[in-house]
Amino acid sequence: MSAPSQDNAVKGSIITRAIIYVVLILFVIYYLLPLYVMLVNSVKPLEEIRSGNMMEFPKVWTLEPWRAAWSYAQIGVEPSGLRPYFINSILMVVPAVLLSTILGALNGYVLTKWQFKGHGIVFGLLLLSCFIPFQIVLIPMARVLGFLGISGTIPGLVLVHLIYGIGFTTLFFRNYYAAFPTELVRAAQIDGAGFFQIFWRILLPSSAPIAVVTIIWQFTNVWNDFLFGASFSDFDSVPMTVALNNLVSSSTGVKEYNVHFAGAILAALPTLIVYIVSGRYFVRGLMAGAVKG
Amino acid sequence: MASLTIENLRKNYGATEVLKGIDIEIDDGGFLVLVGPSGCGKSTLLNTIAGLEEITSGDIKIGPKSVSGLHPSKRDIAMVFQSYALYPNMTVAQNISFGMEIRGIDKSEREAAIQKVADMLQIGELLHRKPSQLSGGQRQRVAMGRALVRDPQVFLFDEPLSNLDAKLRVDMRTEIKRLHQRMGTTIVYVTHDQIEALTLATKIAVLKDGYLQQFGTPAEVYNDPENMFVADFMGSPSMNLIEATVREENGKAAIQIAGDGAGAGDITLPANTPGLRDHMGGKVMFGIRPEALTDPEGADRTGADIIQQDCLIEVVEPAGSDTFAVTRLGGVEAIARLRADADIHAGQTAPLAFNMTKAVFFDPKTTARIR
Repeated sequence: MSAPSQDNAVKGSIITRAIIYVVLILFVIYYLLPLYVMLVNSVKPLEEIRSGNMMEFPKVWTLEPWRAAWSYAQIGVEPSGLRPYFINSILMVVPAVLLSTILGALNGYVLTKWQFKGHGIVFGLLLLSCFIPFQIVLIPMARVLGFLGISGTIPGLVLVHLIYGIGFTTLFFRNYYAAFPTELVRAAQIDGAGFFQIFWRILLPSSAPIAVVTIIWQFTNVWNDFLFGASFSDFDSVPMTVALNNLVSSSTGVKEYNVHFAGAILAALPTLIVYIVSGRYFVRGLMAGAVKG
Repeated sequence: MASLTIENLRKNYGATEVLKGIDIEIDDGGFLVLVGPSGCGKSTLLNTIAGLEEITSGDIKIGPKSVSGLHPSKRDIAMVFQSYALYPNMTVAQNISFGMEIRGIDKSEREAAIQKVADMLQIGELLHRKPSQLSGGQRQRVAMGRALVRDPQVFLFDEPLSNLDAKLRVDMRTEIKRLHQRMGTTIVYVTHDQIEALTLATKIAVLKDGYLQQFGTPAEVYNDPENMFVADFMGSPSMNLIEATVREENGKAAIQIAGDGAGAGDITLPANTPGLRDHMGGKVMFGIRPEALTDPEGADRTGADIIQQDCLIEVVEPAGSDTFAVTRLGGVEAIARLRADADIHAGQTAPLAFNMTKAVFFDPKTTARIR
């Protein structure tokens, strides 16, 4: 990949290169503009936003909108800020992501290395869950949660996301483990290792790339989910996304745009951090199945 | 150490039968090589011995004890895989001791065993490296070390040398043979390379399409093939197989090889094989190895039945230690193996010595040997 592009760079004229850079810079501006607007307006007093240009730099810098969004803005009926809902989201996301990743890894392991009669059908059914629209399952899911006695609770939301996540996590791990040499599993069997020992000692240590992909995928999906959060949460289990909506769409009083911007950034921050920290593993992991190093 | 007995072994995948009644018995300390073209069932057979695949019927015994149905780890075997199958996340030392760790052997004993194997295979300085930091030959050694450390009844090798380059392959082949001589443990070894089979084995089992074609010592398989497949598969260059007609000449059986209709005439060779009498007047396949078809000076002087015939040499291929000459017999190419400095040229008609004591004959319909 790198060799030919370097070749082109040497041969290409300065004009071509200038055009390429201009286009790239335009794209960068295009993509960064919303972030700029959000950042700039979240550190302005409200009057500056009302009186004029959204694109302008703040004349008076203030962190007050951030403080308000975090700890005392009016969310629905409570002046609690987003903090309790942020914690709700964390409590929901972490177990949902970890459990669905572990179960996906186990499924992938069984579906590739311990194949049984009808394993293809089982995998197909699991994949089906990736394609079922969320709206269809809302009512059955509500019945199930009620039956289990966990409707309106964080464990209930964890269960919903876990069920929806397994399809994708299984797909990721199955494809990754399909390329994992079966001879290693056989060697471990001869060495006397059992089902879980082989999984734990041989496969999992080699699964970092796909685990990162799965975790990023699941984290983003579960954190950003609105529909399930809005449908299955109660006052004390509302996740961040729903709380943000309640903040922004409150019908009383003035619209505090600067607080809304700060709140939106707060809501997006965890996924952003996850991407920045593990983004390079994400690309590497996505390629891991396709190209054998 | 133990003998290995395979009795009427059958293996089906659904409706497809891949092993069709295999009977093999190898003594304690023997070196059994399973050889055959790809898809012949040799790796499947090895996997059934290892217990990695279940058998459909028949029995496998290690020593006096039947092992069919036992888990691989309970069979007292060790296996070296084609890809080496080293655990990528573990160091060499951890790879070697993984099995002991699983069996709960304590650390000091494990370290002593690792050290012993490392000394034997000269991999002491590699013990703390990961497999990805090793060359192909080193990985091969580590894979063998992992098998050796178990001190099993039977070693199983699944094409262990096929991923190495040509020179290293020859070195490792010698090393495996030396290891076998020193340890005296029974070995079952799968390969598609007939040279490996001939050099390593005490007994060779030639397989094709799930059938055992021949089971015998390397010399038996090479000199006394049971059928045309074995004759053709073993040896390089492979045996010349030429269509011939059986005739009676002076009260004795002889074979006649048709000329090409141009320069070369028919060739008649005496043949003492008793079975040929039943084919009098019919066609047979006449098999002669390249080294039994040579220049008169290079012919085996102790051979009782050496016949000289003039043949048209089409191509000459000097190969360093030998010179191969291609001629045409009965309409097909035949390769003769001459001394390196034999004075021979393409296009020339030269006398070739047929060593008829080494000749073998096959029934062209059944491909079975005529004895």
